[in-house]
Amino acid sequence: MDLLEYQGKQLFAKHGIAVPSGEVADNVDDAVAAAERIGYPCAIKAQVLIGGRGKAGGVKIAKDVDEARQYASDIIGMDITGPHGEGPFRVDSVWVEGGSDIAEEYYASIILDRGEKKLLAMVSAKGGMDIEAVAAGNPADLTKVHIDPTKPFDAAAARSIVEAAGLAADALDEAADVLAKLNEVAREEDATLIEVNPLIVTADRKVVALDAKVTIDGNSLFRHEDLAEIADTVDDPQEQMAKEKGLTYVKLDGNVGILANGAGLCMSTLDVVAQAGGAPANFLDAGGGSKADAIVNALEVIKSDSKVTAILFNIFGGITRCDEIAKGIVTASSQIDLDLPLVVRLDGTNFEEGLAILAEANLPNLHQEKTMLDAARRVVELAGGAVRA
Amino acid sequence: MSIIIDGNTKLAVSGLTGREGSFHGLRNKAYGTDLVAGVTPGKGGQDVEGTPVFDTIADAVTEAGANTSMIFVPARFAAAAIDEAIDSGVETVIAITEGIPVLDMLGTYWKAREKGVRLIGPNCPGVLSPGKANVGIIPDAFFDPGPIGVVSKSGTLTYQIGNELKQAGTGNSSIVGIGGDPIVGSDFIDILKLYEADPDTELIVMVGEIGGDAEERAAEFIAAEVSKPVVAYIAGFTAPPGKQMGHAGAIISGSSGTAQAKKDALEAKGVRVGESPTETAAIAVETLRG
Repeated sequence: MDLLEYQGKQLFAKHGIAVPSGEVADNVDDAVAAAERIGYPCAIKAQVLIGGRGKAGGVKIAKDVDEARQYASDIIGMDITGPHGEGPFRVDSVWVEGGSDIAEEYYASIILDRGEKKLLAMVSAKGGMDIEAVAAGNPADLTKVHIDPTKPFDAAAARSIVEAAGLAADALDEAADVLAKLNEVAREEDATLIEVNPLIVTADRKVVALDAKVTIDGNSLFRHEDLAEIADTVDDPQEQMAKEKGLTYVKLDGNVGILANGAGLCMSTLDVVAQAGGAPANFLDAGGGSKADAIVNALEVIKSDSKVTAILFNIFGGITRCDEIAKGIVTASSQIDLDLPLVVRLDGTNFEEGLAILAEANLPNLHQEKTMLDAARRVVELAGGAVRA
Repeated sequence: MSIIIDGNTKLAVSGLTGREGSFHGLRNKAYGTDLVAGVTPGKGGQDVEGTPVFDTIADAVTEAGANTSMIFVPARFAAAAIDEAIDSGVETVIAITEGIPVLDMLGTYWKAREKGVRLIGPNCPGVLSPGKANVGIIPDAFFDPGPIGVVSKSGTLTYQIGNELKQAGTGNSSIVGIGGDPIVGSDFIDILKLYEADPDTELIVMVGEIGGDAEERAAEFIAAEVSKPVVAYIAGFTAPPGKQMGHAGAIISGSSGTAQAKKDALEAKGVRVGESPTETAAIAVETLRG
């Protein structure tokens, strides 16, 4: 789960890391009122879960109330596309914070390195710009040190890293303190990514986190009530609906609705549909959800996406039995209007019984296929207007 | 032969008194696995259909001779249960539990390495050695004994490929689900090493998915250390960047960790990569029968 900048900064402040004071606003009037309280110059920053917002015009410095109003109205409601073409993401709110007098711009991050099975601390004296370009252009400018998970990460360990990165001598103590606290945020808040770019030194030589990118491990939310509340706010209507029904659902851009059991098989199903020339509309892992209500829920979520023109059920029964799934489909069809073509492929445990149940029910709009590849080809054909994703 | 589990496996199941733990533990026993103990704190002295329950895994080791631990404990208590298993004296710990906070696994991973205990999972379907033993939730009906070793991040995808191999008239030395979490006790490389050393394994099928760089690392290892043919399948070509696809590990950012990057890395080292589970099984059978 990714946090917005201001949510990340609130987390930093909780752990004693200096951040500029500010206020969040979701409309122009509130943003202007916040700017008036904070004073000028102030920064008006789009709150959106993608990098590159500065380049996209999502961060502005207002010198007076007129500029504050102008920038807030420009930014709230704008669409921002990520550096790798992600999105676009609609800006629903801005963070208004006091302007900072910047003397130096550094970079600091702590990230879970899954290959090495350790947290990795990265620090650079060349912050404030594209750190990937720094790392690629001159790797020596980015100091990378793994944190030993069996030992405490103390001030001395943090200090050796910021020293190696070549930060200004009079900023080393505070920068080391910030790095140690970022590690504390990672460990205590279950953050798998914390990135501060820039980490600034102000004209009066204070070290302040001017930005915050934080990713929290979704599996840890049971022990973080405050963060769990943030997780409950999902923008997309289908994703919100799926969340309420306890389904793992990710919305995509296409017209072929997909349900499979197991994350790996579901990903594979998306790939096979794309190979057949179709465009998947979603990822939906039904897990062990064989019961009729789970299938009704899944169908409701998939159908609520108006782009969907045909649906594929790809089930490989393991512990879950295909006859139970077939019964679920039959029951679901009596509770929900099946007005779209539904291609069903059942294989694995008790698939013959499952196929017999479906054949006997003779549901309108239901098409059976024996293999995953045939099912993918069929659903793409039935979806019509197929476009390659 | 087979790897990790076989006829000498003596299994203790943490969580055997729970609904899932008893269902799968007893299913494993019915397959022929030597289930010697259940473990639930506070329930020592009880039994589950004749299998004695102990308070601790260490008790299951000393009193029932357990050498393999299966963890079926709820996520919030699971890392502590794995730690307990690592300290108990068992050789192998197979953690089925999904949803364990990843930073809990940091300490646990290094503890297992330090103590020399083999940890499989978490968030994995377990290990099946056809005809010998089954520890976990893998449905045994799709797997016959045979010369193909399977190592996979995914459960249902593995069953799909296993079923196609069975229909083609071949089978498996072992099937190992390593799990899809960002930090798992054993990676592809750990299992490839075991298959390379196992005389009954003639070919290895490796099933990966987007996220991390375990497949890329495996490609390097295969080129340097594996003499047996390896056939791979990668899921997630259609996954959008930065979207989570159910397995916590399946997160990609930029180009690194994409399905295409993994396929390219494997093919560059001479590993054939199937376009679909069906094609992957077909390539494996074709390679085997040369």
